Amino acid sequence: MNQAKAVYKPSDEVDFVIVGSGAAGGVLAKELSTNGFRVVVLEQGPYIKPEEFSHNEIEVFAQHQLTNKPELQPVTFRKTQDEKARLQPSVMYGRCVGGSSVHFTANFWRFHEIDFIERSRVGEIPGASFADWPIRYADLEPYYTKVEWEVGVSGLAGASPFDPPRSKPYPMPPLPVKGSGVVFERAAWKLGYHPFPAPMAILSQPRAGRDSCVNCGFCLGFGCEVGAKSSSLSAMIPVAEATGRCEIRPNCYVHRVAMDKNGRATGVEYFDAKRNAHLQRAKVVILSANGAETPRLLFLSANSQFSDGLANSSGMVGKNLMPNTAAIAFGVFDEPLNDYKGFAVSRVLHDFYELDHEKLGFFGGGGLDARFDATPAAFALGSLPPGTPKWGKEFKKALHQNFTRTFEIFCHGTSLPVETNGFSLDPDVKDAWGLPALRMTFRDHPNDLKMMEWMSARAMELLDAAGAKTKWSEPVREQQFAVHLLGTCRMGNDPKTSVINSDHRTHDVANLFLCDGSSLVTSGRGQPTMTIEALAFRAADRMTAMAKRGELGS
Amino acid sequence: MKEPTRTHEPARRQFLLQVTGAVGAAWISAQWPAIAAAAQHAHQAASTKTPAKFEVLTAEQAREVEAIASQIIPTDDLPGAKEAGIVYFIDRGLKTFASDSVPVYEKGLAHLNQLTTTKYPGTKSFADATAEQQEALLVELTTENGADGHRRLGPEGSSDFFETIRIHTIFGFLADPSAGGNRDYAGWKVAGRDPAYTFSPPFGFYDKNYPGWQAAKAEAEKK
Repeated sequence: MNQAKAVYKPSDEVDFVIVGSGAAGGVLAKELSTNGFRVVVLEQGPYIKPEEFSHNEIEVFAQHQLTNKPELQPVTFRKTQDEKARLQPSVMYGRCVGGSSVHFTANFWRFHEIDFIERSRVGEIPGASFADWPIRYADLEPYYTKVEWEVGVSGLAGASPFDPPRSKPYPMPPLPVKGSGVVFERAAWKLGYHPFPAPMAILSQPRAGRDSCVNCGFCLGFGCEVGAKSSSLSAMIPVAEATGRCEIRPNCYVHRVAMDKNGRATGVEYFDAKRNAHLQRAKVVILSANGAETPRLLFLSANSQFSDGLANSSGMVGKNLMPNTAAIAFGVFDEPLNDYKGFAVSRVLHDFYELDHEKLGFFGGGGLDARFDATPAAFALGSLPPGTPKWGKEFKKALHQNFTRTFEIFCHGTSLPVETNGFSLDPDVKDAWGLPALRMTFRDHPNDLKMMEWMSARAMELLDAAGAKTKWSEPVREQQFAVHLLGTCRMGNDPKTSVINSDHRTHDVANLFLCDGSSLVTSGRGQPTMTIEALAFRAADRMTAMAKRGELGS
Repeated sequence: MKEPTRTHEPARRQFLLQVTGAVGAAWISAQWPAIAAAAQHAHQAASTKTPAKFEVLTAEQAREVEAIASQIIPTDDLPGAKEAGIVYFIDRGLKTFASDSVPVYEKGLAHLNQLTTTKYPGTKSFADATAEQQEALLVELTTENGADGHRRLGPEGSSDFFETIRIHTIFGFLADPSAGGNRDYAGWKVAGRDPAYTFSPPFGFYDKNYPGWQAAKAEAEKK
């Protein structure tokens, strides 16, 4: 039976205040409230219920219904620290209850053992601040399983020979195979690879009061009307609210972690929808604001003790941004795939997960998926073969012939951590609240571009083997746009080179925790959300144990 | 902050009605108020499908916009920009999400007419030109300053007009009708997108009769 929803006053000292309700914040809210704690979640975006989601691309894309709004929160970009950054929308993240988990593709790959220990395997890489994690795959395995069963992941255990060990099968069979999956799978077998049904955070069967996927085709970029996509909004927040101990407070723009004279956090300061200022008091502060906004909040919270940003004695806050790399190749086929129906991805290939860096001359690896994720409008503007006329009879003909017959192979790969890549406060530009805007500095490590060139060539071979009548690849370019916001407050045992310890506790402030993409030490192979959620489940366990031992109370 | 507006036009209603056919009664009862509201809005939208007047464009400008849009997506045996009601989509857009583009349209349209009368003396405006003349005019304009790949319609203030109207036209032609364009799913008829919002496999040609991962894998391994 559901309890009455919790409502707290900002002056109530709750046990935990969590900034952000996305992949990490949603899991933490659910776990901590279920464990008996009083929790307030502050979300800067609106609380849109699943039944209110639409397919209206003007609202969703042009007006940024679910994501950060450049007109409110400008972002500046520069490639190197010597340049002056210019206004450029270079960061995208979910800005609504549920965060980016509302609009994501829902590819849910576990990290493999190598992702945690790759620095010791590969050795030093010039220009990279490569490090091992303070935890191993085995430490996270139970929590990956928890994600699959509690958040809801469809898949087939044992289907990929490259998968790391697992303690339990998936709770649901994989989603149906799409035409792209069949064509891709046959080509991959022909070339001796090992394609497998994509693990997806989308329900293939009704589960926990939620309906299964109806294959509407408006998936990536959109919220799911039927709640089949396993977002924090659909899977975690309702459970947290049902405890009667967790309040989700939307439209709250947090701008500072409040501190006392003894170096303890006392809560967070925020503006409500009417821009009135408040201080939500809490025994423990958790920032799950994403890998851009979490470091920004620490910078905005600088004080006399931490002049370079709160909890930044290491100087590592905001550094080592790893947005993952991407390479894309398209193929057009003779018969209709109708891949616009359904979710984006039904088949994945992990044969290139661990490449031989000595033989190939570059480090890293990746995963390939066969997908179609464009709406008809996005397709017509961006997915027709190069050289197709942009308007007129021939354009219309190409649209008519290609829309149902195209899919893409998306190669997702590693980004190396580079200390000069990351986020800082722009010295000139301000957001709509008058606070310094986010500044992104980024240039791909040359290694990563080499790897993506190699991946792109493999994708083209696969399209060839698949019998594509037309195929092309997008040129691999230096990235200037980040969606995966990873590594900017990295985890580690050494307070001199990391921001948080393996319990997600900042080395500098005993009751301040960070848990989101910023915690990651390496970038995996391009699908970080499942790992962010597994870390959040684990962090909640650690915090619960600490709180029960009386280590977190003021 | 402005709350997102919610439109419930025919596509949305159809989605909801189809969904209700696909899933359980619990979902229907939980969603009933939304479904009822959507149906009501859809009814209103259907009865006022063609706006009585334009909100931003003048009647003359609207005629020009429709002529350009019809060159971008012409009508043949399948519907084009005209049938999709693109001019109404653009007019509404110029009042809402694309209000920044109003000067681009104003200057671009004026310049295009000037160019038309220069090239075809006696022809008062682009819309009055023959289809062949219109195509030639746009080809000339879009190859002008072509080196940088940008399409320009001439002097200060009108730059990138063609690219702006091209994107608006294509977007309005193919976006979900809940966004205000794609009338009667005209654009989806061209793309081949079934206007439904619930589908069951097989989706297309290649996944029909596919034996599934395990059986197909065993078969592939035998070879």
